Amino acid sequence: MAQSPSGPRTLIDKLWDSHAIVTREDGQTLLWVDRHFVHEGSFHAFNKLKERSAKVAHPELTFGIADHYVPTRRSGRNVDPAIQNMIDQLEQNTSENDVMLFGLNDPRQGIVHVVGPEQGLTLPGLLIVCGDSHTSTHGAFGAWGFGIGASEVAHVLMTQTLWQRKPKRMRITVDGTLTPGVGATDIALSIIARIGADGAQGHAVEYVGSAIRALSMEGRLTLCNLSIEAGARCGMVAPDETTIAYLRNRPFAPTGDGFKRAAEDWLSLQTDKDAQFDREIVLAGSEIVPVVTWGVSPEDALPITMAVPDPDSIPDSGKAAQIRDALTYMDLKPGQKLTEVHIDRVFIGSCTNSRIEDLRAAAKVLAGRKAKVPGLVSPGSSLVKQQAEAEGLDQIFKEAGLEWVDSGCSMCVGMNGDIVQPGERCASTTNRNFKGRQGPGARTHLMSPAMVAAAAVTGHLADVRPLIEERT
Amino acid sequence: MQPFHRLTAPACPLPYANIDTDQLIPARFMKRSRAEGYGGYLLHDMRFSEDGTDIADFPLNKPIYRNSQIIVARRNFGAGSSREAAVYALADYGIRCVIAPSFGDIFASNAVNNGLLPARVDERDAEALIKLLETHTELTIDLEEQTISAKAMSAPFAIDPVWRTKLLNGWDDIDITLSQADAIEQFREQDSLRRPWATPRVLAR
Ligand code: SF4
Repeated sequence: MAQSPSGPRTLIDKLWDSHAIVTREDGQTLLWVDRHFVHEGSFHAFNKLKERSAKVAHPELTFGIADHYVPTRRSGRNVDPAIQNMIDQLEQNTSENDVMLFGLNDPRQGIVHVVGPEQGLTLPGLLIVCGDSHTSTHGAFGAWGFGIGASEVAHVLMTQTLWQRKPKRMRITVDGTLTPGVGATDIALSIIARIGADGAQGHAVEYVGSAIRALSMEGRLTLCNLSIEAGARCGMVAPDETTIAYLRNRPFAPTGDGFKRAAEDWLSLQTDKDAQFDREIVLAGSEIVPVVTWGVSPEDALPITMAVPDPDSIPDSGKAAQIRDALTYMDLKPGQKLTEVHIDRVFIGSCTNSRIEDLRAAAKVLAGRKAKVPGLVSPGSSLVKQQAEAEGLDQIFKEAGLEWVDSGCSMCVGMNGDIVQPGERCASTTNRNFKGRQGPGARTHLMSPAMVAAAAVTGHLADVRPLIEERT
Repeated sequence: MQPFHRLTAPACPLPYANIDTDQLIPARFMKRSRAEGYGGYLLHDMRFSEDGTDIADFPLNKPIYRNSQIIVARRNFGAGSSREAAVYALADYGIRCVIAPSFGDIFASNAVNNGLLPARVDERDAEALIKLLETHTELTIDLEEQTISAKAMSAPFAIDPVWRTKLLNGWDDIDITLSQADAIEQFREQDSLRRPWATPRVLAR
C-alpha cells in the first residue's frame, strides 16, 4: 500500500524517510546506518574488507561486542583454542579499524542486544544493524533495528549505508491488562502461534495498545526481540515517557540540553492518526495465558493448560507430517498434557530474557524453593550480573541449586560449549526451539523466565500462576 | 559474482517446512574460514547420524539426488539466524537455486548476495514439484522468464525485481554504493544538523 508523501505516516515511514539517501529507479533505497554492532561472527565481513584493502568508513558508529563465543565460566578454565581464536579475531579486527570493543574482560561486556540499550547506544529514531537476526530487539525504543548477513555487514563497514526495499507495515494491538505471571514472552509466543513463524515476513511490525504501553523497557525489548520469530523484518514500540526515563544518564546518550532536545524529537516519533497499515492483528491482553512451545519452531506454541497436538486429527497431511516429525524429535506423545512433560534442565539467559527484570521474575518464583533439575543462569551483561548480585538474586538462584555464571550468548546457541546434551529436555528462556539449536539432539521448550522457574521447581512444564498465588 | 540466467540441473525435493538456518549449518561448524569450504556441513544433522554415517533415507543422500543444484522445499525456508554461512553451505555444496513458498527475509537477501536464487512459488506448485521430483529429477529455471519447467509441468516463480536484476548481472552492491559517495556525504552533513543526538557521545576509552 503506497502512502502519499505528505499524508499521515506510520512510525516506520518516518524512520524510513529520515534515513533515505537516494532511491534508485527500481525502488531500492540507500539508507544511512546510525549504529552498527559487530560480534565474533563478523570475521567473514572483515575478511571481505581485507580482500578489498578497505577500512571501516565510520569507526565511531561501529561497536564491537564479544558475546557469541565467550566462556561463561571465566576464571580458572582453559578456553578451547578454536573459541579463543574467534574472540582474538574480533579483537584484532576492531583494533585494526579503530572500532571500540566491549571485549571479554570489559566490565560492560554482555550480549549485544542487552549492552546496546544499557549503554545508551540504542536510541529512538536510529537505524541499527548487526549481523544477528535478533537486532529487532532495539525497536523497543522506537528505533529501527534489523539483522543482516555477512555481505551486508561488509557493505555497512565500508560505506555506513545499506540498500533496502521498504518493508510492509503491520500493526499488532494488545489492549487490556495482563494477569500476574503473564509477560512479554507470552504475548510474543501467542502472536507467533497465531500468525505463524513466517506470518510477518516482509513486514515492519509496530506494537500498540494499553498492554504494550504498560510494559517496562525490559518487556518491550523481549517483545521486539521475538518479532523475528514471526518472520518480521523488525518490531517497534513508539517512544514514550518510559523510554525517556530509561535513557536518562545512560553513558553514550546525550546529556543536559542535548538530552532535552533529543527527548522532544524522540517523543514526536509516533504513527500519525489515520495512517494506514498493510495488516492489522488484535489480541486481548486479558486472554493471554502462560505459553510454552512443544515442537521445533516457535510457532509450535500453546497455553500451558493444553495438550500436545495429535497429528491424526489434522486434516492437512503436510501439516500432520510436520507435527509427527516434531513429536518424534521432541519425544512427545500426541495428546500428552503439557504439564506432564518432564524436563532434564533449565536455562535462564539470552538476549530475549536476561535483563534484571527477567532475573527478578525468575528469582521471585525460585526464592525459598529448590530446583528439581540442574540449570544455568547467565545474566545478559556483566552490569546486569553486578546489579543482580547487589539485589541478592544470585543467592536465590544458587540456593535453589542453579549455577550462576558470567554473561554471554551461552546456551541460547551453544557456540561457547554450553550445550544441552543429546536427548535432554531443557526449559529455556531463549528464542529458538529449532532442532539442535542448543546442541545436537537437544530438546528445547521456550517460555518466560517465570515459567522456567516453575518448571525448575516442579521438574516438569508447569503453570507458574499458582506458584505466584501461593506467595500473595 | 556469477550471473544467473538459465539453469537446467538435477533437483532434490526436501519436503519439510521451516528448514531454518540452524539446520542448514549447525553453529558448531561456523568457526572455519570460508576458504575451508562449508559444503560438507550443509544440513549436517539431517544428513548424517551421530557416528558420521549417511542417513540413507534423507533425500540428498539418495544416489539419484546426489548431484543436485536445485532444492525444492516447503514454506519458511531459511528462517532464523542471519548466518550467511547457511548460504555458503548451500553454494559450496553446489546448490544454485532454492524453490519454496516462502523464505526467511535475511536468508533470501544473503542468498542473492551470493548468486543463489531464492525462487518463490505457490504452495500448490511447490507440492506438485516435490511430487514430480520423486521420479523425474531435472528442472529448468529461467530467471529472465521467471519460470520453472520440467517434462510435464511449468510453473511461474516470484522474485523481487531488484534481486532479479542483480542476479542476472552478477552485480555486487558495493560498487554501486561507492559511486554515490557525494550523496552520502551530503546526507551526513545535513543529517547531523537535523539529528545531532544521533551521534554517540564520545567517551574516554
Ligand atoms: S543470545 Fe542467542 S539470539 Fe541473542 S544474540 Fe546471542 S545467539 Fe543471538
